Amino acid sequence: MSALLEVNNITKIFPKVRANDGVNLVVEEGEIHAILGENGAGKSTLMNIIYGLYRPDSGELKFNGEVLNLSGPHEAIEKGIGMVHQHFMLIPVLTVAENIVLGAEPSGISYNRKKANELIREISRNYHLEIDPDAKVKDLSVGLQQRVEILKAFYRHAKLLILDEPTAMLTPQETEELFGIMRNLKKQGISIIFISHKLDEVKEISDKVTVMRRGKTVGTLNTKETNEQELANLMVGREVVLRVEKSEYNPGDVVLSVKDLTVSDEQNIEKVKNVSFDIRSGEIFGLAGIDGNGQTELIEALMGLRPIKSGIIKYNNNNIEKLPTRERYKLGISYIPQDRQQEGLIMKFSVADNLILKEYKNSQYSKNGVIQYKRVFENASKKVEEFDIRPTDYNLLAGNLSGGNQQKIILAREVGSNPKLLIAVQPTRGMDVGAIEYIHKRLLQLRDEGSAILLVSLELEEIMSLSDRIGVIHNGVIMDILDGKFATREKIGLLMAGSQIDAKEVEV
Amino acid sequence: MKKLLKSIYMPILAVIIAIIIGSIIMLVTGFNPLSAYASLFIGAFGTLPNIANTLANAVPLIITGLGVAIAFDAGLFNIGAEGQYWIGAIVATWIGYSFKGLPWYIHIPFALIAAMIAGGLWGGIVPGFAKAYTGAHEVITTMMMSYVAIYFSHYLLEFGPMMEKGSVPQSPLIKDSAVIPTILRNTQLSYGIFIAIAAALFVYWLMYKTVWGYEMRAVGFNQRASKYAGMNVPLNIVLSLSLSGIFAGLAGAVQILGVQHRLYDSFTSGYGYTAIVVALLAKNNPIGVVFSALLFAALGTGSQYMQLNAQVPGQLADVITGLIIFFVAADKIIEVLKSMFKKQKKEELAS
Repeated sequence: MSALLEVNNITKIFPKVRANDGVNLVVEEGEIHAILGENGAGKSTLMNIIYGLYRPDSGELKFNGEVLNLSGPHEAIEKGIGMVHQHFMLIPVLTVAENIVLGAEPSGISYNRKKANELIREISRNYHLEIDPDAKVKDLSVGLQQRVEILKAFYRHAKLLILDEPTAMLTPQETEELFGIMRNLKKQGISIIFISHKLDEVKEISDKVTVMRRGKTVGTLNTKETNEQELANLMVGREVVLRVEKSEYNPGDVVLSVKDLTVSDEQNIEKVKNVSFDIRSGEIFGLAGIDGNGQTELIEALMGLRPIKSGIIKYNNNNIEKLPTRERYKLGISYIPQDRQQEGLIMKFSVADNLILKEYKNSQYSKNGVIQYKRVFENASKKVEEFDIRPTDYNLLAGNLSGGNQQKIILAREVGSNPKLLIAVQPTRGMDVGAIEYIHKRLLQLRDEGSAILLVSLELEEIMSLSDRIGVIHNGVIMDILDGKFATREKIGLLMAGSQIDAKEVEV
Repeated sequence: MKKLLKSIYMPILAVIIAIIIGSIIMLVTGFNPLSAYASLFIGAFGTLPNIANTLANAVPLIITGLGVAIAFDAGLFNIGAEGQYWIGAIVATWIGYSFKGLPWYIHIPFALIAAMIAGGLWGGIVPGFAKAYTGAHEVITTMMMSYVAIYFSHYLLEFGPMMEKGSVPQSPLIKDSAVIPTILRNTQLSYGIFIAIAAALFVYWLMYKTVWGYEMRAVGFNQRASKYAGMNVPLNIVLSLSLSGIFAGLAGAVQILGVQHRLYDSFTSGYGYTAIVVALLAKNNPIGVVFSALLFAALGTGSQYMQLNAQVPGQLADVITGLIIFFVAADKIIEVLKSMFKKQKKEELAS
């Protein structure tokens, strides 16, 4: 084996940030090399340099022994570097073949469909990437769309393939398929750079791991000789508690009871169909499912943000389906919405103002309509300290904080009010290991104090490690409710994809 | 202090750049910018009566500007302040001349409050509800309502019920008991200036210290998050457009009771439109509105003097106004200029 790509001492400085600071990386031929790091560690910057989108300020890039001086992605592609971005760059209304050959059509002025299809069939045969060249991209699943992106790279003769967080949008089954493809490519001598922040995936698929932290490469390890704990510590720079320590499951009374709930979207299409479930105090109920299977509509209905078509929502044995949102908050329900910047925060309000976004009218913070800013600031300085919001100046606008700290503002507001029921939608989305650890700890603490928690997440790992019971939603229907202790990845994955399990091993 | 400096830095820079470009234009067209600006300044602040007239000019701009700023703060564009101003003026005039024998301390507040209610209804009821419940864009509806108000007042004055006997299209004079007295004789400066300043302080308090202001600003910045927080978004839209209209109506009434004393066809000098610029330059800060209104008022009074004494066409003041608007609206351009300048400096240092 010899080095295909060498990154020597690369530095890239953005205003105020050293995004890459003396980065070193060696990728050998036929190797799957994982790049691991928290958000903002500099992974994307490095990849964009390798792909020719950024020019480094100093340092050297070698590909196949030749020094690269890339002026743009087109040169990188020419040299044999392909990249699949996290968000696909496909045109939905065009066919698979048209998307693949776009910009590099096989013949002159007129588009030769037959020739293009033939070429693509040949490539897909060679690389074991089965696909129908005539299918429209918009009709394909996310996993297949990703396959089109990979084919695009090989159509352009890629020798090195960069996959940027490729599993973020996939179901567990699709992830397995992708890993199969990656192993196949490796056999054919293709090198792959695999970017991820999921430790288990890195452990499973890669040969070597390079860990990045704060713009620096802090080490390259042979995957076989390391473990998840060591990788996590390297990533964060301190000892991390990786396994969620969960105390005994000790459920109390039913707090939230949903019965035969049906909800429609704006086009009057039923998105939630006859859904029923209960959540007890001292319990985390995980709702697993692929994005867009009715989770949003269900949660909005529970919060009074969307009218329901039929069914009953009971909270502490009282019907609440007709109550406006604010009344539901007043009863002790908290809500961490999915999109923190659009739904959870007012970016142009200060941290202190955001911390009272739901309680500014309570006697605690206002008197005769006048906001008592002394108390608002007292609350802010308390919450900033307790939830470790940084920077600690609560007069800063929320929009000036990092994503992780923005999420902490919401957490401080929603968890800090000691709710009886917390509805948390993707509370760790886009967070890094350290922040995820912290958020999980707070959720479990809340559970142990006797709150009921509805956790909606697309991360199966998160659902499985936190939930006492797991409901799986597919196409607006709760397929099954499983015991968290005995639920397996495979089983949940199958339910998420819509297949019923024949033998129900767990009765609820 | 540092924060304050930071927030007024861009508007001031915009004004300075506008003045510089204004002088270039004067040089190119053959005028002496120094003498032009000197006479502009003297016209606005040179003598006590000039200062008084500048202040008087600022009164309607401050109050209407506050109204526009409230709407902006709530994320709404009240382009029809002009019409709400007319409605306020009509109501104040009518109350001013048709009620006899009231003591001034009843007559004046009565006229002011009635005008505020009328302006509030004009801005809040139709455009507010249309926006809140059907999504009709407030720029269109406030504009249309503005035309309705303006043409309605033309009707009232030109052989309509409010026309005074004779051939001039104007209303009768208001009673003495409704007149807000003048502070300085032979100027237009009335005690209305105190109403304007009180209004600015009140709006500041309302928008930044009360739950209503908190809600309106929240809805203005992010309707979705406000809805998720349990706020009544449509109600806040109606409320802020109504408040906006209330202040525009008040401005019209103060102008009638303090300066004009009667309504005539051409009594407005576009305050409702200039108020938009006032609010923009002030970045919606109620205290900032006072200062930015003063600036535009000074440009107005100064330009007449400049035309007479420096023989520079008064329209040049309009050009400067336009340039200020341009640079305030396009403060991104200033950012770019700034960064270019910095880069150049850095390169100079490096070489």
